[in-house]
Amino acid sequence: MPEFHEIYGTTPFDGTVARRGYALNKMCFSFNSAQNRETFRKDEDAYMRAYGLNPQQAAAIRNRDVLGLLDAGGNVYYLAKFAGILGLDVQDLGAAQTGMTKEAFKARLVAQNDQPETL
Amino acid sequence: MARIVGGLATSHIPAIGGAIAKGLQKEPYWKPFFDGFDPAREWLARERPDAVVVFYNDHGLNFFLDKMPTFAVGAAPEYRNDDEGWGIPTLPPFKGIPELSWAVIDHLVAKDFDIVTCQEMLVDHAFTVPLKLFWPDDDAPPAVPVCINTVQFPLPSAKRCWAMGKAVGEAIAAWDEDMKVVTIGSGGLSHQLEGQRAGFINKPFDLEFLRSMVDDPEWATQFSILELVEKTGTQGVELLNWLAARAASPGRMRRVCQNYHIPISNTAAATLVLEAA
Repeated sequence: MPEFHEIYGTTPFDGTVARRGYALNKMCFSFNSAQNRETFRKDEDAYMRAYGLNPQQAAAIRNRDVLGLLDAGGNVYYLAKFAGILGLDVQDLGAAQTGMTKEAFKARLVAQNDQPETL
Repeated sequence: MARIVGGLATSHIPAIGGAIAKGLQKEPYWKPFFDGFDPAREWLARERPDAVVVFYNDHGLNFFLDKMPTFAVGAAPEYRNDDEGWGIPTLPPFKGIPELSWAVIDHLVAKDFDIVTCQEMLVDHAFTVPLKLFWPDDDAPPAVPVCINTVQFPLPSAKRCWAMGKAVGEAIAAWDEDMKVVTIGSGGLSHQLEGQRAGFINKPFDLEFLRSMVDDPEWATQFSILELVEKTGTQGVELLNWLAARAASPGRMRRVCQNYHIPISNTAAATLVLEAA
Protein backbone atom coordinates (compact mmCIF):
# COMPACT_ATOMS: atom_id res chain seq x y z
CA MET A 1 0.00 0.00 0.00
CA PRO A 2 1.67 3.23 -1.13
CA GLU A 3 0.54 5.65 1.58
CA PHE A 4 0.62 3.32 4.57
CA HIS A 5 -0.57 4.99 7.65
CA GLU A 6 -0.09 3.58 11.16
CA ILE A 7 -3.31 3.50 13.13
CA TYR A 8 -3.07 2.79 16.84
CA GLY A 9 -4.09 -0.74 17.85
CA THR A 10 -5.08 -1.62 14.30
CA THR A 11 -3.60 -4.03 11.78
CA PRO A 12 -5.33 -3.96 8.39
CA PHE A 13 -6.03 -7.54 7.32
CA ASP A 14 -3.97 -7.39 4.13
CA GLY A 15 -2.31 -10.07 2.01
CA THR A 16 0.62 -10.49 4.40
CA VAL A 17 -1.63 -11.09 7.39
CA ALA A 18 -4.09 -13.17 5.39
CA ARG A 19 -1.29 -15.51 4.28
CA ARG A 20 0.08 -15.79 7.83
CA GLY A 21 -3.33 -16.55 9.27
CA TYR A 22 -4.77 -18.81 6.59
CA ALA A 23 -4.78 -22.11 8.54
CA LEU A 24 -6.12 -20.47 11.69
CA ASN A 25 -8.87 -18.64 9.80
CA LYS A 26 -9.76 -21.75 7.85
CA MET A 27 -10.21 -23.67 11.09
CA CYS A 28 -12.39 -20.91 12.54
CA PHE A 29 -14.43 -20.74 9.32
CA SER A 30 -15.16 -24.47 9.77
CA PHE A 31 -16.95 -23.61 13.03
CA ASN A 32 -19.98 -22.55 10.97
CA SER A 33 -20.87 -26.23 11.25
CA ALA A 34 -22.29 -27.45 14.56
CA GLN A 35 -20.73 -30.85 13.99
CA ASN A 36 -17.29 -29.29 13.53
CA ARG A 37 -17.72 -27.25 16.69
CA GLU A 38 -18.48 -30.44 18.55
CA THR A 39 -15.46 -32.23 17.06
CA PHE A 40 -13.24 -29.32 18.11
CA ARG A 41 -14.65 -29.34 21.66
CA LYS A 42 -13.90 -33.04 22.05
CA ASP A 43 -10.22 -32.78 21.09
CA GLU A 44 -8.94 -29.28 20.39
CA ASP A 45 -5.36 -30.36 19.68
CA ALA A 46 -6.33 -33.01 17.16
CA TYR A 47 -8.61 -30.52 15.42
CA MET A 48 -5.85 -27.89 15.27
CA ARG A 49 -3.41 -30.46 13.85
CA ALA A 50 -5.91 -31.41 11.15
CA TYR A 51 -6.01 -27.76 10.05
CA GLY A 52 -2.23 -27.37 10.24
CA LEU A 53 -2.08 -24.54 12.76
CA ASN A 54 1.45 -23.40 13.56
CA PRO A 55 2.68 -23.41 17.20
CA GLN A 56 1.96 -19.70 17.68
CA GLN A 57 -1.61 -20.10 16.45
CA ALA A 58 -2.20 -23.25 18.51
CA ALA A 59 -0.85 -21.57 21.65
CA ALA A 60 -3.10 -18.55 21.13
CA ILE A 61 -6.12 -20.86 20.72
CA ARG A 62 -5.20 -22.81 23.88
CA ASN A 63 -4.70 -19.60 25.86
CA ARG A 64 -7.88 -17.93 24.50
CA ASP A 65 -5.54 -15.03 23.76
CA VAL A 66 -7.42 -12.64 21.46
CA LEU A 67 -4.52 -10.29 20.72
CA GLY A 68 -2.29 -13.33 20.20
CA LEU A 69 -4.79 -14.74 17.71
CA LEU A 70 -4.76 -11.45 15.79
CA ASP A 71 -0.96 -11.46 15.88
CA ALA A 72 -0.98 -14.96 14.45
CA GLY A 73 -2.97 -13.72 11.46
CA GLY A 74 -6.49 -14.28 12.74
CA ASN A 75 -9.29 -12.21 11.24
CA VAL A 76 -11.94 -11.02 13.67
CA TYR A 77 -14.85 -12.27 11.55
CA TYR A 78 -13.58 -15.86 11.71
CA LEU A 79 -12.26 -15.54 15.27
CA ALA A 80 -15.78 -14.52 16.31
CA LYS A 81 -16.90 -18.05 15.41
CA PHE A 82 -14.27 -19.43 17.82
CA ALA A 83 -15.48 -16.93 20.43
CA GLY A 84 -19.00 -18.28 19.85
CA ILE A 85 -17.86 -21.75 20.93
CA LEU A 86 -16.60 -20.21 24.16
CA GLY A 87 -19.86 -18.33 24.66
CA LEU A 88 -18.14 -14.96 24.32
CA ASP A 89 -19.60 -11.95 22.49
CA VAL A 90 -17.81 -9.01 20.85
CA GLN A 91 -17.91 -7.02 24.08
CA ASP A 92 -16.06 -9.83 25.87
CA LEU A 93 -13.52 -9.66 23.05
CA GLY A 94 -13.35 -5.87 23.31
CA ALA A 95 -12.73 -6.05 27.04
CA ALA A 96 -10.05 -8.73 26.61
CA GLN A 97 -8.21 -6.70 23.97
CA THR A 98 -8.27 -3.43 25.85
CA GLY A 99 -7.44 -4.91 29.25
CA MET A 100 -10.70 -3.70 30.75
CA THR A 101 -13.51 -5.47 32.54
CA LYS A 102 -16.56 -6.04 30.36
CA GLU A 103 -18.53 -3.59 32.51
CA ALA A 104 -15.87 -0.90 32.05
CA PHE A 105 -15.73 -1.57 28.31
CA LYS A 106 -19.50 -1.21 28.02
CA ALA A 107 -19.46 1.96 30.10
CA ARG A 108 -16.80 3.40 27.82
CA LEU A 109 -19.00 2.69 24.81
CA VAL A 110 -21.94 4.52 26.41
CA ALA A 111 -19.62 7.42 27.24
CA GLN A 112 -18.99 7.93 23.50
CA ASN A 113 -22.33 9.76 23.47
CA ASP A 114 -20.43 12.68 25.00
CA GLN A 115 -18.41 13.23 21.83
CA PRO A 116 -19.12 16.47 19.95
CA GLU A 117 -21.81 16.49 17.27
CA THR A 118 -19.78 18.25 14.59
CA LEU A 119 -16.39 17.68 13.03
CA MET B 1 -39.26 1.17 -16.86
CA ALA B 2 -38.33 0.43 -13.26
CA ARG B 3 -37.60 3.29 -10.93
CA ILE B 4 -35.82 3.73 -7.62
CA VAL B 5 -38.20 5.19 -5.05
CA GLY B 6 -35.93 5.14 -2.04
CA GLY B 7 -32.51 4.57 -0.55
CA LEU B 8 -32.47 2.85 2.83
CA ALA B 9 -29.62 2.03 5.18
CA THR B 10 -29.18 0.46 8.56
CA SER B 11 -26.64 -1.14 10.86
CA HIS B 12 -26.72 -4.93 10.87
CA ILE B 13 -25.16 -5.98 14.19
CA PRO B 14 -25.69 -9.75 14.66
CA ALA B 15 -27.12 -9.23 18.15
CA ILE B 16 -30.08 -7.44 16.51
CA GLY B 17 -31.05 -10.79 14.98
CA GLY B 18 -30.97 -12.32 18.45
CA ALA B 19 -33.04 -9.47 19.90
CA ILE B 20 -35.69 -9.90 17.18
CA ALA B 21 -35.83 -13.67 17.79
CA LYS B 22 -36.29 -13.09 21.53
CA GLY B 23 -38.81 -10.24 21.09
CA LEU B 24 -36.70 -7.68 22.97
CA GLN B 25 -37.62 -4.69 20.75
CA LYS B 26 -39.27 -2.74 23.58
CA GLU B 27 -36.61 -3.48 26.21
CA PRO B 28 -34.78 -0.31 27.34
CA TYR B 29 -31.50 -1.36 25.76
CA TRP B 30 -33.06 -2.02 22.34
CA LYS B 31 -35.99 0.42 22.18
CA PRO B 32 -34.02 3.51 21.04
CA PHE B 33 -32.74 1.50 18.08
CA PHE B 34 -35.93 -0.34 17.08
CA ASP B 35 -38.15 2.73 17.47
CA GLY B 36 -36.20 4.32 14.64
CA PHE B 37 -37.90 1.90 12.25
CA ASP B 38 -41.50 2.98 12.84
CA PRO B 39 -41.41 5.87 10.31
CA ALA B 40 -39.42 3.71 7.91
CA ARG B 41 -42.08 0.99 7.96
CA GLU B 42 -44.86 3.55 7.51
CA TRP B 43 -43.06 4.89 4.46
CA LEU B 44 -42.54 1.37 3.06
CA ALA B 45 -46.21 0.52 3.64
CA ARG B 46 -47.13 3.56 1.53
CA GLU B 47 -44.56 3.02 -1.23
CA ARG B 48 -44.80 -0.78 -1.44
CA PRO B 49 -41.61 -1.41 -3.44
CA ASP B 50 -41.60 -4.47 -5.72
CA ALA B 51 -37.91 -5.29 -5.40
CA VAL B 52 -34.92 -4.46 -3.23
CA VAL B 53 -31.19 -4.39 -3.97
CA VAL B 54 -29.13 -5.01 -0.83
CA PHE B 55 -25.49 -3.87 -0.70
CA TYR B 56 -23.82 -5.75 2.12
CA ASN B 57 -20.64 -7.51 3.19
CA ASP B 58 -20.34 -11.23 3.89
CA HIS B 59 -18.63 -12.07 7.21
CA GLY B 60 -17.56 -15.63 6.44
CA LEU B 61 -20.74 -17.47 5.61
CA ASN B 62 -20.74 -17.67 1.81
CA PHE B 63 -17.20 -16.50 1.13
CA PHE B 64 -13.95 -17.55 2.77
CA LEU B 65 -10.39 -16.40 2.02
CA ASP B 66 -9.98 -19.19 -0.53
CA LYS B 67 -12.10 -17.15 -2.95
CA MET B 68 -12.76 -13.56 -2.02
CA PRO B 69 -14.54 -11.50 -4.66
CA THR B 70 -14.33 -7.72 -4.47
CA PHE B 71 -17.89 -7.41 -5.79
CA ALA B 72 -20.31 -10.34 -6.08
CA VAL B 73 -23.89 -10.22 -7.35
CA GLY B 74 -26.48 -12.86 -6.46
CA ALA B 75 -28.58 -14.28 -9.30
CA ALA B 76 -30.58 -16.93 -7.48
CA PRO B 77 -34.32 -17.58 -7.14
CA GLU B 78 -33.84 -17.75 -3.38
CA TYR B 79 -31.12 -17.04 -0.85
CA ARG B 80 -30.59 -19.28 2.12
CA ASN B 81 -29.30 -18.17 5.48
CA ASP B 82 -27.28 -20.66 7.55
CA ASP B 83 -25.46 -21.23 10.82
CA GLU B 84 -22.86 -18.48 11.27
CA GLY B 85 -21.29 -20.23 14.24
CA TRP B 86 -22.11 -17.74 16.97
CA GLY B 87 -25.63 -18.70 17.88
CA ILE B 88 -27.96 -16.32 16.07
CA PRO B 89 -31.00 -18.16 14.71
CA THR B 90 -31.04 -19.34 11.11
CA LEU B 91 -33.85 -17.72 9.11
CA PRO B 92 -36.04 -19.13 6.32
CA PRO B 93 -34.89 -18.38 2.74
CA PHE B 94 -35.39 -14.98 1.12
CA LYS B 95 -36.89 -14.61 -2.35
CA GLY B 96 -34.65 -13.58 -5.22
CA ILE B 97 -35.51 -11.90 -8.50
CA PRO B 98 -33.10 -13.35 -11.07
CA GLU B 99 -34.47 -11.16 -13.90
CA LEU B 100 -33.37 -8.03 -12.09
CA SER B 101 -30.11 -9.71 -10.99
CA TRP B 102 -29.20 -10.36 -14.60
CA ALA B 103 -30.17 -6.87 -15.68
CA VAL B 104 -27.76 -5.61 -13.03
CA ILE B 105 -25.04 -8.12 -13.96
CA ASP B 106 -25.27 -7.38 -17.69
CA HIS B 107 -25.04 -3.66 -17.11
CA LEU B 108 -22.20 -3.85 -14.57
CA VAL B 109 -20.04 -5.93 -16.88
CA ALA B 110 -20.90 -3.64 -19.81
CA LYS B 111 -19.64 -0.79 -17.61
CA ASP B 112 -16.32 -2.59 -16.97
CA PHE B 113 -17.07 -3.93 -13.47
CA ASP B 114 -15.53 -7.42 -13.39
CA ILE B 115 -17.95 -8.91 -10.89
CA VAL B 116 -18.48 -12.44 -9.65
CA THR B 117 -21.97 -13.82 -10.29
CA CYS B 118 -23.57 -16.33 -7.92
CA GLN B 119 -26.49 -18.58 -8.84
CA GLU B 120 -26.25 -20.00 -5.35
CA MET B 121 -25.34 -17.77 -2.45
CA LEU B 122 -25.74 -18.06 1.29
CA VAL B 123 -26.63 -14.74 2.89
CA ASP B 124 -25.46 -13.82 6.38
CA HIS B 125 -26.77 -11.37 8.99
CA ALA B 126 -25.60 -8.38 6.96
CA PHE B 127 -28.24 -9.26 4.37
CA THR B 128 -30.94 -10.74 6.62
CA VAL B 129 -30.96 -8.24 9.52
CA PRO B 130 -31.82 -5.16 7.41
CA LEU B 131 -34.65 -7.04 5.67
CA LYS B 132 -36.02 -8.21 9.04
CA LEU B 133 -35.78 -4.67 10.40
CA PHE B 134 -37.51 -2.94 7.51
CA TRP B 135 -40.04 -5.77 6.95
CA PRO B 136 -40.62 -7.35 10.38
CA ASP B 137 -43.65 -9.29 9.08
CA ASP B 138 -41.43 -11.24 6.66
CA ASP B 139 -43.04 -9.61 3.62
CA ALA B 140 -39.86 -8.15 2.13
CA PRO B 141 -39.98 -7.91 -1.66
CA PRO B 142 -37.66 -10.15 -3.70
CA ALA B 143 -34.03 -9.12 -3.43
CA VAL B 144 -30.78 -8.83 -5.32
CA PRO B 145 -27.77 -9.20 -3.00
CA VAL B 146 -24.65 -7.26 -3.97
CA CYS B 147 -21.71 -8.22 -1.78
CA ILE B 148 -18.73 -5.90 -1.27
CA ASN B 149 -15.48 -7.24 0.22
CA THR B 150 -14.76 -5.51 3.52
CA VAL B 151 -12.85 -8.46 5.00
CA GLN B 152 -9.53 -8.76 3.19
CA PHE B 153 -7.49 -5.76 2.08
CA PRO B 154 -7.17 -4.31 -0.47
CA LEU B 155 -10.82 -3.27 -0.24
CA PRO B 156 -12.44 -1.45 -3.16
CA SER B 157 -12.15 2.31 -2.70
CA ALA B 158 -15.10 4.45 -1.68
CA LYS B 159 -14.96 6.04 -5.15
CA ARG B 160 -15.16 2.62 -6.78
CA CYS B 161 -18.07 1.53 -4.59
CA TRP B 162 -19.86 4.74 -5.48
CA ALA B 163 -19.28 4.10 -9.21
CA MET B 164 -20.50 0.51 -8.87
CA GLY B 165 -23.66 1.58 -7.03
CA LYS B 166 -24.30 4.25 -9.65
CA ALA B 167 -24.08 1.61 -12.39
CA VAL B 168 -26.53 -0.58 -10.48
CA GLY B 169 -28.90 2.38 -10.42
CA GLU B 170 -28.54 2.77 -14.20
CA ALA B 171 -29.35 -0.93 -14.63
CA ILE B 172 -32.51 -0.56 -12.54
CA ALA B 173 -33.61 2.55 -14.43
CA ALA B 174 -33.08 0.78 -17.75
CA TRP B 175 -34.86 -2.43 -16.66
CA ASP B 176 -37.93 -2.86 -18.81
CA GLU B 177 -40.40 -3.65 -16.02
CA ASP B 178 -42.89 -1.34 -14.37
CA MET B 179 -41.53 -1.82 -10.88
CA LYS B 180 -40.62 0.24 -7.85
CA VAL B 181 -37.22 -0.57 -6.39
CA VAL B 182 -35.45 0.42 -3.18
CA THR B 183 -31.79 0.01 -2.38
CA ILE B 184 -30.40 -0.84 1.05
CA GLY B 185 -26.93 -0.11 2.38
CA SER B 186 -26.11 -2.47 5.23
CA GLY B 187 -23.69 -1.98 8.12
CA GLY B 188 -21.81 0.72 10.01
CA LEU B 189 -21.61 3.24 11.27
CA SER B 190 -18.38 3.69 13.22
CA HIS B 191 -17.14 0.66 15.13
CA GLN B 192 -14.06 -1.46 15.59
CA LEU B 193 -14.11 -5.00 16.93
CA GLU B 194 -10.46 -5.95 16.97
CA GLY B 195 -7.17 -4.83 18.43
CA GLN B 196 -6.33 -2.46 21.26
CA ARG B 197 -8.50 0.11 19.49
CA ALA B 198 -11.64 -2.06 19.93
CA GLY B 199 -14.62 0.04 20.95
CA PHE B 200 -13.62 3.00 18.79
CA ILE B 201 -16.58 5.23 17.85
CA ASN B 202 -16.51 8.56 15.97
CA LYS B 203 -19.77 10.40 16.54
CA PRO B 204 -18.93 13.69 14.77
CA PHE B 205 -17.80 11.82 11.65
CA ASP B 206 -20.90 9.63 11.64
CA LEU B 207 -23.22 12.60 11.96
CA GLU B 208 -21.41 14.43 9.16
CA PHE B 209 -21.67 11.29 7.01
CA LEU B 210 -25.42 11.07 7.70
CA ARG B 211 -25.82 14.72 6.70
CA SER B 212 -23.80 14.15 3.54
CA MET B 213 -26.03 11.28 2.43
CA VAL B 214 -28.88 13.71 1.79
CA ASP B 215 -27.36 16.41 -0.39
CA ASP B 216 -23.62 15.80 -0.75
CA PRO B 217 -23.49 12.02 -1.01
CA GLU B 218 -20.08 11.81 -2.64
CA TRP B 219 -18.49 13.55 0.36
CA ALA B 220 -17.06 10.34 1.86
CA THR B 221 -15.55 9.22 -1.45
CA GLN B 222 -12.73 11.72 -0.89
CA PHE B 223 -11.24 9.37 1.72
CA SER B 224 -8.94 6.41 1.11
CA ILE B 225 -9.78 3.09 2.73
CA LEU B 226 -7.09 3.58 5.39
CA GLU B 227 -8.42 7.06 6.12
CA LEU B 228 -11.89 5.53 6.53
CA VAL B 229 -10.47 2.87 8.87
CA GLU B 230 -8.88 5.63 10.92
CA LYS B 231 -12.06 7.73 10.99
CA THR B 232 -14.68 5.02 11.38
CA GLY B 233 -12.89 1.92 12.69
CA THR B 234 -12.06 -1.34 10.94
CA GLN B 235 -15.75 -2.29 10.69
CA GLY B 236 -16.93 1.29 10.12
CA VAL B 237 -15.72 0.85 6.54
CA GLU B 238 -19.05 -0.87 6.01
CA LEU B 239 -20.22 2.60 5.06
CA LEU B 240 -19.03 1.51 1.60
CA ASN B 241 -22.36 -0.35 1.40
CA TRP B 242 -24.22 2.87 2.23
CA LEU B 243 -22.33 4.75 -0.47
CA ALA B 244 -23.12 2.14 -3.11
CA ALA B 245 -26.81 2.09 -2.13
CA ARG B 246 -26.97 5.89 -2.22
CA ALA B 247 -25.14 6.08 -5.56
CA ALA B 248 -27.93 4.11 -7.24
CA SER B 249 -29.90 7.37 -7.21
CA PRO B 250 -27.08 9.91 -7.21
CA GLY B 251 -29.17 13.09 -7.36
CA ARG B 252 -30.79 14.94 -4.48
CA MET B 253 -32.98 12.89 -2.16
CA ARG B 254 -35.34 13.81 0.66
CA ARG B 255 -34.82 12.49 4.17
CA VAL B 256 -37.83 10.51 5.42
CA CYS B 257 -36.29 9.53 8.74
CA GLN B 258 -33.00 9.07 10.51
CA ASN B 259 -31.90 7.48 13.75
CA TYR B 260 -28.49 7.40 15.44
CA HIS B 261 -27.87 5.57 18.68
CA ILE B 262 -24.70 4.75 20.65
CA PRO B 263 -24.16 1.90 21.37
CA ILE B 264 -25.72 -1.30 20.14
CA SER B 265 -23.14 -3.93 20.97
CA ASN B 266 -19.84 -2.18 20.03
CA THR B 267 -21.39 -0.07 17.31
CA ALA B 268 -22.74 3.40 16.68
CA ALA B 269 -26.01 2.21 15.17
CA ALA B 270 -27.79 4.22 12.50
CA THR B 271 -30.84 3.99 10.28
CA LEU B 272 -31.65 6.25 7.35
CA VAL B 273 -34.46 6.38 4.81
CA LEU B 274 -34.25 8.69 1.81
CA GLU B 275 -36.85 9.05 -0.89
CA ALA B 276 -36.63 10.20 -4.46
CA ALA B 277 -36.83 14.02 -4.47
